[in-house]
Amino acid sequence: MDAVNIAELSGNIAVVGYGLAAIGPGIGVGLVVSKTIESIARQPELAGRLQVTMWLGIAFTEALALIGLATPFIFA
Amino acid sequence: MTAEAEEGEFHAPTIAEFYPPAFLFEGTPFEINRIMMIRLIVMVLLIVLFWLWTNKFRKSVKTGNVVPGRFQLLGEMALNFVRKSIAHDQLGEKDGERFLPLLTTIFFMVLGMNITGIIPFANIAGTSVVGVPLVLAAAAYVTFIYAGIRKHGLKFFKNSLFPSGVPVAFYTLVTPIEFLSTFILRPVTLALRLLMNMIAGHLLLVLCFSATQYFFFNAEGFMQLFGAGTLLFGFAFTLFEILVAVLQAYVFTLLTTVYIQLALADEH
Repeated sequence: MDAVNIAELSGNIAVVGYGLAAIGPGIGVGLVVSKTIESIARQPELAGRLQVTMWLGIAFTEALALIGLATPFIFA
Repeated sequence: MTAEAEEGEFHAPTIAEFYPPAFLFEGTPFEINRIMMIRLIVMVLLIVLFWLWTNKFRKSVKTGNVVPGRFQLLGEMALNFVRKSIAHDQLGEKDGERFLPLLTTIFFMVLGMNITGIIPFANIAGTSVVGVPLVLAAAAYVTFIYAGIRKHGLKFFKNSLFPSGVPVAFYTLVTPIEFLSTFILRPVTLALRLLMNMIAGHLLLVLCFSATQYFFFNAEGFMQLFGAGTLLFGFAFTLFEILVAVLQAYVFTLLTTVYIQLALADEH
C-alpha cells in the first residue's frame, strides 16, 4: 500500500450501491407496517383487509430494493 | 449447487450458482440442467397432487361421505384460500370465478417452485432463474390487458393512460408516467420481485452454510466457534425462506388479482 492511500478500500462499488438502494425501501416498509399496526389497534375488526393492503404496500415498496439488487447483475 | 467450499480458501457464492452444467440433451435448445430438472419434477408433483385431490373430492361427493380426511382438508384449505381470500375478496364472486383458474395456477406453481429452495437435495428454487417468473408475469400481463379490453374496449387504454380529473396540460406529464408504470413496470417488477427474492434467499443460504463449513474444517483455534453462529443463522434463514416462499406466491397472485381488478374498474 502507498503511503498516500492511508484509507484504501478494495471490493466492488456495487455493494455500496445496493446498501444505498436498501435504505429507502427499508424506511418505506417500516412506515407501511407501523401504520397498519396503528390502524389495526384502532379498528381490530378490519385486521384482515388491512393486512391484505399492507402486503400490497410492502410488495410495491420492496420492488425498489429488488431493482437495486438486480442492477449490479445487469450493468456488470 | 449446495454449500461446497474448496480446500483452504473461502469462496463466496457467485451468480454462477444458478447456471449448473447441463447433463441431458447438451448443445440442443432442450438441454436440461439441475434447475430445469427440479422444475419438471415440481410440475409432475403438482399434477399428481391435484389429480389426487380432485379425484378424492369427486369420490366423496359421489358416496356422500363429505367429511374430508387430513390430506383432503389440506387441499381444500389451500384451494379455498386462493378462491375466497384472493379471488372473491378482490374481484367479487362473478369475475373472481372467471379468473380463478389462472390465479390458482399462478399461486400453486409459484409456491411449488419456490419451496424447492429449502428442500434438502434440491436446494435451489425453480423460480431462481428468470424463465418461470418471466412466463408467469407475461401471463398476468396478457390477462389484465385482456380483461380491460374485454370490459371497456379501446377505452381501457384511454382510461389507463389519460386518467380523468386531471387538467389537460398535465397529461404531458401524467401520461408518460402512467404508461411506464402500467405497461412496463408492472410486468417487470412482477417478474423481478419473485426472481430477486429467490436469488437473494439462495445466496444467503449458500453463504451461511459454506461459511459454516469453512469455519469448522479450515479455520484455526477459537475461530471455529464462529461456525456455530453461521450454522444457527443458516437455520434461521431456512425458516425465513419458507416464509418468503409462501409470501411471494401470495404476493404474486394478489398483485395479478389487483391488476385485473384495476383493469375491470369503472372510470369514475
